[in-house]
Amino acid sequence: MSTASPGPLLQVEAVSVRFGALLALSAVSLSIHRGEILAIIGPNGAGKTTLLNVISGFYHPHEGRILFEGRDRTRLSPPDVAALGVARTFQNVALFKGMSVLDNLMTGRLLKMGGHFLLDALWWGPAKRQELANRAFVERVIDFLEIQSIRKTPAGKLPYGLQKRVELGRALAAEPKLLLLDEPMAGMNVEEKEDMSRFILDVNGEFGTTIALIEHDMGVVMDITDRVVVLDYGRKIADGPPEQVRKDPVVLDAYLGASHG
Amino acid sequence: MAEILYAIFVGPFRDMAGAPAFLVEVLLGGLFTGLMYSLVALGFVLIFKASGVFNFAQGVMVLFAALTLVGLMERGMPVAPALLITMAVMVALAFLIERVVLRPLVNQEAIILFMATIGLNFFLEGFGELLWGANVKKLDVGIPDRSFMMAGVQINQLEMSAAATAAVLVGVLAVFFQRTRIGRALRAVADDHEAALSIGIPLKTIWLIVWSVAGLVAIVAGIMWGAKSGVQFSLSLVALKALPVLILGGFTSVPGAIVGGLIVGVGEKLGEVYWGPLVGGAIENWFAYVVALAFLLFRPQGLFGEKIIERV
Repeated sequence: MSTASPGPLLQVEAVSVRFGALLALSAVSLSIHRGEILAIIGPNGAGKTTLLNVISGFYHPHEGRILFEGRDRTRLSPPDVAALGVARTFQNVALFKGMSVLDNLMTGRLLKMGGHFLLDALWWGPAKRQELANRAFVERVIDFLEIQSIRKTPAGKLPYGLQKRVELGRALAAEPKLLLLDEPMAGMNVEEKEDMSRFILDVNGEFGTTIALIEHDMGVVMDITDRVVVLDYGRKIADGPPEQVRKDPVVLDAYLGASHG
Repeated sequence: MAEILYAIFVGPFRDMAGAPAFLVEVLLGGLFTGLMYSLVALGFVLIFKASGVFNFAQGVMVLFAALTLVGLMERGMPVAPALLITMAVMVALAFLIERVVLRPLVNQEAIILFMATIGLNFFLEGFGELLWGANVKKLDVGIPDRSFMMAGVQINQLEMSAAATAAVLVGVLAVFFQRTRIGRALRAVADDHEAALSIGIPLKTIWLIVWSVAGLVAIVAGIMWGAKSGVQFSLSLVALKALPVLILGGFTSVPGAIVGGLIVGVGEKLGEVYWGPLVGGAIENWFAYVVALAFLLFRPQGLFGEKIIERV
């Protein structure tokens, strides 16, 4: 942490994204501060996932800038964003279904394995040693997420809740500075949600990982997040601590107001 | 009626049992041909797995590799440097294909990419002819096309060497895919592009690698075929036989491509030799397609392909 530059970890500055005539994000600005858990909420179609895609490089904004650790990162591709230390999960679990849980987590370490991507196959000895070191780290993630019993199971065969947990594990394996979670608890039962909440809090607490997540379950949002950003129709309509946002009349209107049905 | 049934179901097997040495020779011949199909199919599978592109030009890549090698050797270059240059040419080709064909078409429909590879097919065929001429050429890599007898079976030295080379190649590829970091990245890309990007796997590099590997596999296939029956433009037609092999083995399975190729090779040789006289021959030409048709009807995912599961 001592080497980190001052200021927010990530800044989104007046970012706009258009899909044809649809303005998915309209001059959205927000900061993600080091060490916090930030929730991005809003009604369906508010632009939450678009925002996550912009941050992780899957979309590039038509206007505005993205700064990561103070540097302009607006135009980077997803692999380059990942290389900076941003890991993410997807709304509809994107695991490598044919590969075992262990292999899925190992892919999360690909960036941590040094050396040139092309030459690596030729250097058998060092490659093997590296493999072992990375394997040790992945085993820690497996222990942390309590998925020892399924480490050899093909990811596609797991129930949905566990797939979400494995996907979180793959992101953690990359030791990210910023972890982006797109609806980490969607489709989960109460028990699974409690587990996932605990993991998110522990990741944040033990490793100091900064986390931004999209979530619909207001109970969860109020419980585990430090700050909440609310989007509606591609605009930011509120930004603040959960208790404050909850009482914000603009937010209440966005969720319950007549204009949205 | 009884005679026909006898000729179909009993006669051929009696012939096989009557001359076991000849049967072994037929089987070996079939395995050799099958290996050739396997190698072409392998090139298809590698590219299809990693990029979802059905590369129609794989057969022409085999031809192009063989043409380049022969062309260099005809100009007086020894085998070893000619081979190295051919390898460099195939890697350069992969690089160009990624830059000129794939990258501008990224995120397009599969059918558009497929059409692009058909274009590539014609381009490479014409370009090869332009560079090296259209004559049939004899490829001599220094392994004599001689036969020796072992336990009463005639064994061809060239075929054996080629088979051994192919086996080593397949072994190396298997280790590469299962055990190395790049192999894991390749499998990841084959499984889910988006997720692969999100964990920092550069798709462009992966594409370059698979097209290069497919090019190197094409060289081996080209040498095998060229040394056996000369380098000629009909060689690209072998690629068509790779289609039934793929249907048999499953489009995404490396072991499937290999086993499928061997089955087709052996099956069509056996059919030709033992059942051919019944229908006046030429079974070899259609056997593979009939088998493929049967598979499409009863097991469309192939022997090793991923099972198509409909979630309801």
